[in-house]
Amino acid sequence: MPHWLIDFCSWLQQSPFSQTLQNVEWIVPAVQTVHILCIGAVISAALALALRQFGLLAAEQPLTRVAAQFLRVIWLALPILLVTGALLITAEPRRSLASPAFQLKMALLVCVASLLLLYQGRIGRLARSSSGAAYRPGKVITVVALLLWVGIIFAGRWIAYASGK
Amino acid sequence: MSLDSLYQWLEATGPATAIRENALLFPTIESFHVLAITLVFGTIATIDLRLLCLASRASRVSRLTASLLPWTWGAFAVAAVTGTLLFSSNANAYAHNIYFQAKLLLMVGAACNMVVFHWVGSRDLATWDALPSTPARARVAGAFSLLIWIAVVACGRWIGFTMLRLSF
Repeated sequence: MPHWLIDFCSWLQQSPFSQTLQNVEWIVPAVQTVHILCIGAVISAALALALRQFGLLAAEQPLTRVAAQFLRVIWLALPILLVTGALLITAEPRRSLASPAFQLKMALLVCVASLLLLYQGRIGRLARSSSGAAYRPGKVITVVALLLWVGIIFAGRWIAYASGK
Repeated sequence: MSLDSLYQWLEATGPATAIRENALLFPTIESFHVLAITLVFGTIATIDLRLLCLASRASRVSRLTASLLPWTWGAFAVAAVTGTLLFSSNANAYAHNIYFQAKLLLMVGAACNMVVFHWVGSRDLATWDALPSTPARARVAGAFSLLIWIAVVACGRWIGFTMLRLSF
């Protein structure tokens, strides 16, 4: 762990805001609850995207419309996840920032966000072309995205056990 | 057999002992538990929001539930099995934890809500299935379900902070 990161963690941990988060007992579990509920929204939206691609959900509606609906859920939940996640980091900077599980989680998050942006772009182009054609790579993309979210959930849970030294 | 001796017996079983003694087993099972719960909550919330007319209004209620409920039940089965395993590792302490007790009670409440809606509240589903708006009893059932499952997740999180065992 680099020196500047150790310094940053101890500075953050001693800040009055972090102290409040640490000392008021209900804050961390409450923030974690919101965080998990939003992850529930995101993983289920990711599942819905994949199900629609395979024709197993809302098959009677246009793919572009269903995809847009569930992508919106993900883009709405993501900022809440970032804010609640930042609060949880502030409460325990060293345990999270220095944890390999946390670093893996952030890497997976960048991957899934890029993948979904790419997917959204392709779906948008499909909607404009109004050819009604299926988007073939969509199946692979949505399944990979779903698996990445599963990985994010696992890595997130392991932060508590593989914490930074 | 009293409940306390049941907990003792459960804690002494092979899987329970293994989970207690192996540092990797508890977090691994817990990861599957969390994944399952997020899927249970998210898929149920999707249906609840449809019943509340707040989302997926272009979908028939019956088709949405037929597509999503198999995933909800599959995830619930995983959550129940992993939850039982986690419980067995420290049964006595969990059983006496107020948030654990509340979590179980809330899930009984969710089951009652579901049974009542399934057998009574949605008997005339065919008449409003495809309509964007739903009758008041469907909205009440959806709202109850949503609130109960939010509370279940909250209780689950609070268990981690009120157990003697240091798992967060």
